[in-house]
Amino acid sequence: MAVYKKPESMADIPLHFCPGCSHGIVHRLVCEVIDEMGIEGETVGVCPVGCAVTSYNYFNCDVVAAAHGRAPAVATGIKRSIPDRFVFTYQGDGDLAAIGTAEAVHSATRGENITVIFINNTIYGMTGGQMAPTTLPGQVTQTTPFGRDPKVAGYPVRICELISTLTGTAYAERVSVDSPAHINAAKKAIRKGFEVQKAGLGFSIIEVLSTCPTNWGMTPVAAVERVRSEMIPYYPLGVYKDITESEKE
Amino acid sequence: MSEKKLMKGNEALAEAAVRAGCKCYFGYPITPQTEIAAYMSKRMAKSGGVFLQAESEIAAINMVYGAASAGVRAMTSSSSPGVSLKSEGISYIAGCDLPCVIVNVQRGGPGLGGIQPSQSDYYMAAKAGGHGDFFMIVYAPGSVQEMADFAVRAFDTADKYRMPVMILSDGLLGQMMEPVVFPEITEKAPEKPWACVGHENKRKHNIVNSLYLVPEDLENSNRERFKKYDIVKAELPEADCYLTEDAEIIVTGYGASARIARSAVNAARAEGIKAGLIRPITLWPFPEKAYADTVDRAKAYLVVEMSMGQMVDDVRLATSCKRPVEFFGRTGGVIPKPSEVLEKIRELDKKYNKA
Repeated sequence: MAVYKKPESMADIPLHFCPGCSHGIVHRLVCEVIDEMGIEGETVGVCPVGCAVTSYNYFNCDVVAAAHGRAPAVATGIKRSIPDRFVFTYQGDGDLAAIGTAEAVHSATRGENITVIFINNTIYGMTGGQMAPTTLPGQVTQTTPFGRDPKVAGYPVRICELISTLTGTAYAERVSVDSPAHINAAKKAIRKGFEVQKAGLGFSIIEVLSTCPTNWGMTPVAAVERVRSEMIPYYPLGVYKDITESEKE
Repeated sequence: MSEKKLMKGNEALAEAAVRAGCKCYFGYPITPQTEIAAYMSKRMAKSGGVFLQAESEIAAINMVYGAASAGVRAMTSSSSPGVSLKSEGISYIAGCDLPCVIVNVQRGGPGLGGIQPSQSDYYMAAKAGGHGDFFMIVYAPGSVQEMADFAVRAFDTADKYRMPVMILSDGLLGQMMEPVVFPEITEKAPEKPWACVGHENKRKHNIVNSLYLVPEDLENSNRERFKKYDIVKAELPEADCYLTEDAEIIVTGYGASARIARSAVNAARAEGIKAGLIRPITLWPFPEKAYADTVDRAKAYLVVEMSMGQMVDDVRLATSCKRPVEFFGRTGGVIPKPSEVLEKIRELDKKYNKA
């Protein structure tokens, strides 16, 4: 009989995330993978600016806190210094897809052997719900009070599609945590990212479609429903790049 | 290793950094410091270190932040506009008490400015390297030899105090060639038990972080850091004093300006004017004592800078405004002539030294 317990690599303290937020689930998935691979002692995490800013309190591995958007550059510095260690970043959409686009794209194109966990919840959570680069057309946020108008505010960025065009990217998959089946698939993808890093194949990114009930002004249940009805159609789930598959062919 | 070599300042600095144990160099091309990156790209390949051309100055300083977090000796270099971009990362590095070396081979500003030598980043180096309550240690080399010597000292000092250290050079020192003898490497990098290298299940996890959400915690962290700054201020200030024992007109400047000022001081002495020179070697902490020691005898001070006058404020403070402090500077990449400085010394001598 499976015993449900907290992963060893996750601190046994209450999370500060809002009820219904996906961050807790994704933190847990990352830690389950670290536990299963037995790599807590040889992993360095890099946490972002945003709602996951205090993730260093939750991950039991060594953690470096990066400036807003700079996590892939910081991870590059760490990985180049200690290449035999696992290095991952955990970043939100404002962090990775707006202020840190250059760092994300260039670490990918260099084939930097790191794993990026990318939380896409279509909003800036920490600062109270402003438009993110991933905010959907028509979505109301604090800074798009009449709904995001692409004529004024441009279009959402599809990061997996973008990053997968780069030769240095080894693995890119978009997943969701809106259902148990999707959560299991998300864990598999995260594991794949770390395996790709273990094999030294290059840059891996797992984009996780996530909820932000507080800033969406929704109940947790309605938020999960929004992921299915609005986000997945715009951000299709799936593997965008996997060089281990092309090697098999 | 004591062989004399003819080298460019930028290359001498890069070579000395590698000898001092610099394991990672991250940079971005900008004139007049690009020789450092070019040299490192070849040298690191041989020494087994890391050379990486970053996508931006911002990325480069954050790569340094990462490497320093992992406990290795890391360096980046740039010139004035590029150092503006690095200021975010420098603030984080200071806030996390990480050691690293940042080189600024200054050019004229503001804005894109020019590519000729300048000293207009004194404030940025010594006062305002980024947001928040912090300082970095600043060394000001005055020769190609010192570009090498101070590179070694910068790494040792950074590790000793766990602080970012800046080498504030300029396009003149970076580009010119002089003989250099590389210093013997005596100090070894200390153990860094705080580094994030993977805990191997042998210790509690390390965290490198500058976030304190409780105001009192941040205040305490800043106060602790400033206690360290007091130690640095007591131990580190350094100046090169030339003919100051009996000097009445004291010329003062750092780096390239000091070389020009020294010629002017010699010429003034030949005319019978009792001139001397104070050349600060550390710009932060500022060598206040060198000025305080001369203030009773001196009639006036002349600050020479390749800027509109930035260090001049610190000289006024160090002399407690007890004597007149005048300024002569050229800016925008114009290098002052020794004859211009001499003329100013004569003027001060006439004005303030009437017996």
